[in-house]
Amino acid sequence: MLEIEIDGKKLTVPGGSTVMDAANSVGVHIPHFCYHKKLSIAANCRMCLVQVEKAPKPLPACATPVTDGMKVYTHSDMAVKAQKGVMEFLLINHPLDCPICDQGGECQLQDLAVGYGQSASRYEEEKRVVPNKNLGPLISTDMTRCIHCSRCVRFTEEIAGFQELGMPGRGEHTEVMSFIGKTVSSEISGNVIDLCPVGALTSKPFRYSARTWELSRRKSVSPHDGLGANLVVQVKDHRVKRVLPLENEAINECWLADRDRFSYEALNSEERLTRPLIKQGGVWQEADWQTALEYVANGLKDIVDAHGANSIAGVATEHATLEELYLLKQLFAGLGSQNVETRLRAADHGLKTVGATWLGQSIADLAASDAVLVIGSTLRKEQPLLAQRLRQAVKKGMKLSALNPHADDLLTTLAGQIVVRPDRMVEGVLSLIKAVAEAKNIAAVSQIDLAGVEVTDAARAIAASFDGKEKTAIVLGNIAQQNPRYAELHAAAAALAELTGATLGVLGTAANSVGAQLVGATGAGNVFAEPKKAYVLLNTEVEFDVADSLQALRAVQGAAMVVALSSFGSCALEHADVILPVSPFSETSGTFVNMEGKAQSFNGVVRPLGETRPAWKVFRVLGNLLGLAQFNFDSSEQVRDIALNGDVAARLSNALVTPLTIKPQAATGVVRLGEVPIYQADMLTRRAPALQATVDGAAAELKANGVTLARLGLTIGGKAVIRQGQGDAQLVVALDAGLADDVVRVPANHPLTRALGAFVGPVEVTQA
Amino acid sequence: MTVYVKGVVFEGVDFDDPNSWKLDAYVARGGYAALKKILQTGMTQDEIIAEMKASSLRGRGGAGFPTGLKWSFMPRNFPGQKYLVCNTDEGEPGTFKDLDIIVNNPHALIEGMIIGGFAMGITVGYNYIHGEVFEAYERFEAALEEARAAGFLGDNILGTDFCFQLHGHHGYGAYICGEETALLESLEGKKGQPRFKPPFPASFGLYGKPTTINNTETFASVPYIIREGGQKFLELGKPNNGGTKLFSISGHVNRPGNYEIPLGTPFSELLEMAGGMRGGKKLKAVIPGGSSAPVLPADIMMDCTMDYDSIAKAGSMLGSGAVIVMDETVCMVKALERLSYFYFEESCGQCTPCREGTGWLYRVVHRIEHGQGRPEDLDLLLSVGANIAGRTICALGDAAVMPVQGMLKHFRAEFEHHIEHKHCIVPGY
Repeated sequence: MLEIEIDGKKLTVPGGSTVMDAANSVGVHIPHFCYHKKLSIAANCRMCLVQVEKAPKPLPACATPVTDGMKVYTHSDMAVKAQKGVMEFLLINHPLDCPICDQGGECQLQDLAVGYGQSASRYEEEKRVVPNKNLGPLISTDMTRCIHCSRCVRFTEEIAGFQELGMPGRGEHTEVMSFIGKTVSSEISGNVIDLCPVGALTSKPFRYSARTWELSRRKSVSPHDGLGANLVVQVKDHRVKRVLPLENEAINECWLADRDRFSYEALNSEERLTRPLIKQGGVWQEADWQTALEYVANGLKDIVDAHGANSIAGVATEHATLEELYLLKQLFAGLGSQNVETRLRAADHGLKTVGATWLGQSIADLAASDAVLVIGSTLRKEQPLLAQRLRQAVKKGMKLSALNPHADDLLTTLAGQIVVRPDRMVEGVLSLIKAVAEAKNIAAVSQIDLAGVEVTDAARAIAASFDGKEKTAIVLGNIAQQNPRYAELHAAAAALAELTGATLGVLGTAANSVGAQLVGATGAGNVFAEPKKAYVLLNTEVEFDVADSLQALRAVQGAAMVVALSSFGSCALEHADVILPVSPFSETSGTFVNMEGKAQSFNGVVRPLGETRPAWKVFRVLGNLLGLAQFNFDSSEQVRDIALNGDVAARLSNALVTPLTIKPQAATGVVRLGEVPIYQADMLTRRAPALQATVDGAAAELKANGVTLARLGLTIGGKAVIRQGQGDAQLVVALDAGLADDVVRVPANHPLTRALGAFVGPVEVTQA
Repeated sequence: MTVYVKGVVFEGVDFDDPNSWKLDAYVARGGYAALKKILQTGMTQDEIIAEMKASSLRGRGGAGFPTGLKWSFMPRNFPGQKYLVCNTDEGEPGTFKDLDIIVNNPHALIEGMIIGGFAMGITVGYNYIHGEVFEAYERFEAALEEARAAGFLGDNILGTDFCFQLHGHHGYGAYICGEETALLESLEGKKGQPRFKPPFPASFGLYGKPTTINNTETFASVPYIIREGGQKFLELGKPNNGGTKLFSISGHVNRPGNYEIPLGTPFSELLEMAGGMRGGKKLKAVIPGGSSAPVLPADIMMDCTMDYDSIAKAGSMLGSGAVIVMDETVCMVKALERLSYFYFEESCGQCTPCREGTGWLYRVVHRIEHGQGRPEDLDLLLSVGANIAGRTICALGDAAVMPVQGMLKHFRAEFEHHIEHKHCIVPGY
């Protein structure tokens, strides 16, 4: 510890601290632009110049290490003169177009100019003009305003993992730009908008739609991935205008994924429904809530009376709130049915665990591991901020490995990588088990048949990365959880975890994956395999939210009654009989339980649109209409407290109820690797125009490696027809050299591929 | 044109012989004897560094930092790769001495670097050569090949277990890459812009490893110091200004060129060596140490001797030894406009005061030169300059300000005349 003095205040700070760190620790504010606690030090803006005793020149606080006995003056004449000098330089070529700048009101340059600027400029030469750049559909540029702090450049390189922005040119001609002809396409690119201290990079969807001081700031939680990023939702006139991160070091740090930030556009979509609708004689008729709810209650009751309780099913996604899922579950229980399911994209419902599957530890603990193996996950697209967090951990020494049916770049250094066919994920884990067993001289592993399992160098490298490490983890991603042999895969991963002493984790696929399990809104399995007479769909679009969408669509189309509780029309309008307009996350109170088992409750940030109602209230009234007991809730908090039922931690467990015997299996023939594209994941992202316009939102392609393309007679850029079961799709062909032979990678739950079947399964591919 | 008067770098070089740069000729005039002395007599690292300190050799790149002291900063026992880098990114306007060393006596540089590598326990070196002198780069590569073939460079030098690899690298012509940390960035393949210090290259240099960087002339002086002893080198010059130095003389003299002379030689003698003033014109001013050194008027200059201390006392700096001589026909406003334009163009743009301030300085001087000056402009120039100097990551900001301060200190009246009369005090401009 070093003893220093800042502005006369004595303090002790750890060795290696900078003057900026020390000042922050005692609440002394030093003006700055380029400094950011999560980025490397650039020391280029020079705004944080301070006086240090015995130093002849002012020194930058952000880059000056503290020495014992140092005396720092942040507001002395020397310091203030230097700071004002820098401010003058920053302003001479800044356009000062604050009245028409979206950053106005939340601009660091504007704020500091009040304290350090002058009322008139001494600069009478012509100002610099810099051409704007096209950085894609999310980030708007006014590059003349840029003060060259390089935060955005450092972000893309250090946090997002790939330097998509750079600063070519020299001196005054230096400009921030992307590679020629490329946009910024990182899945977490929107953070550069927050980082930009001026109005050079602003939100394109938000552009010119409100002044910042007109907006209310309301807290919420992201409804997308399993991380549960904390949000500040900004609202004007009962409309969501913008979403910003709410800093939470334990979860999203100070970042947001683009999905969290820009999906709000869907909340104001033209497709929003505002009144209940009932289809009569094939024609949609608006109805009042009372009529619609009675229609639904009577309809469900009649079908149960006529065909039994097993003839109805409740379907929701894991993006629904804990309260909604609990009441849906209770409503069906009241009707005598256990047919409620939320794991709609699972192909294998056979896994039985002791508790709700979860990360197995906190997100921060995972990031503090010495070695982590990711099994079956396109991590950057499934959990963008978790991928970022692991990327930072690798820089601090974590050994990260991956076992996947593809070799997608995690934009970090991998200790080992195994690429397998999607139908041989289990065998991939077996090869790791064998590699570890060999290294540890273990002859046999209980329940696992390792005969004939091949141990590759890659498997040995991963095994070695775990060897001798204190804190290790194995996590299963979306691809694993959607695998047709998920139960075996989970069991094999559990065996590997036991063998290596690692913590096994399951990456929640959606915001409330853990919550859905806690309230028992899963376990019914595939409710479309045997068509039901009636379906209640809660914010679920069967074409896009279900693994075998073709099967689901047919089941729904053949049902006698389909009740859609939906925020949006479109899909629901096609096949429902009754549509009850319910609130998206922004218009209801609720709770999501994230992958680490943390229940995060939030309030509605705007009032429900039109006659839309929060779904938990709709279920509550339906329960009353059906005369069910224990449905007299007055608030979502009451529902939550009963749904969570005390200690959540005790009900989390990835351990298997009964051991599973695993044997290696062979697989041949052309197999599909189906995955849900990042911006097809849920009904909000699917309706966010800016996200759809990104590179990640681009049209689906059929991808395979060179050998497979040649074998199938396909040419890159040409077209191919893929047939799966009864359906087919025609797609443009692209190369993905990271795939195993005979694997064709075709997006799932996509408008172009909705006629196809299971995510993983045999397919026929021919030239179109 | 290069003139060897007395000194170390060009000792014995025959500038009329096209083969004088080659290994054979270098060895014939005593080349590689210093290296042999070290490896065959068992001279230790400490002894070499002590000899360097005794020589009082000061860095010839411009800053004049004592070389022996710099060498002693290298953590010799650092476990892992360390680097030795030669800075031949000679870009200071007026300076052209390192180019001549590489072309006429490349082996002196190579031998100096090998000795430096030995003294600091470094096994890999790079020579970063300015991008606009490609033939010099090719000459250096040819010399490297000769040294490798002769066993002076590479693995097991002269049959000992000492190994040293040396590589040439040519830049692309950016002045800023002569700043040592920008040079390292560029050498690493990145955009050449300076790093903030600390950490200094001695602890965090090339690829984050301990690195020592010296100028070409500095390294080329090393073999003499080791061969003849530091004391003898020191005695060539004067105390605290040891040895001889190359001066690049340009401007209005009859024989511009490089002159290797002892430090402490009076300027008047140097001017005479260079053939005196062209066309018999009167000396007006001299920039004594490269474009960033403040200009000195003729009377002050004629009283100076050419060494670090004398020039510093006169209010300027010896810098890289580039002597720009200006006669009575020179318009100082025009001269400053050109100098300011150079720094405006060559600022890397990384940090605010230099990026914004150099452009501001240039535009104001440009206005004055073009008859648009205002009386308050001169104080504005000094005020803007004061806001740049000492506030930047590297010394380029200071370098841009010093010519302005020097000109306004000694020739303010000429600027005032320009502003008042909208044309020059010097006839013909």
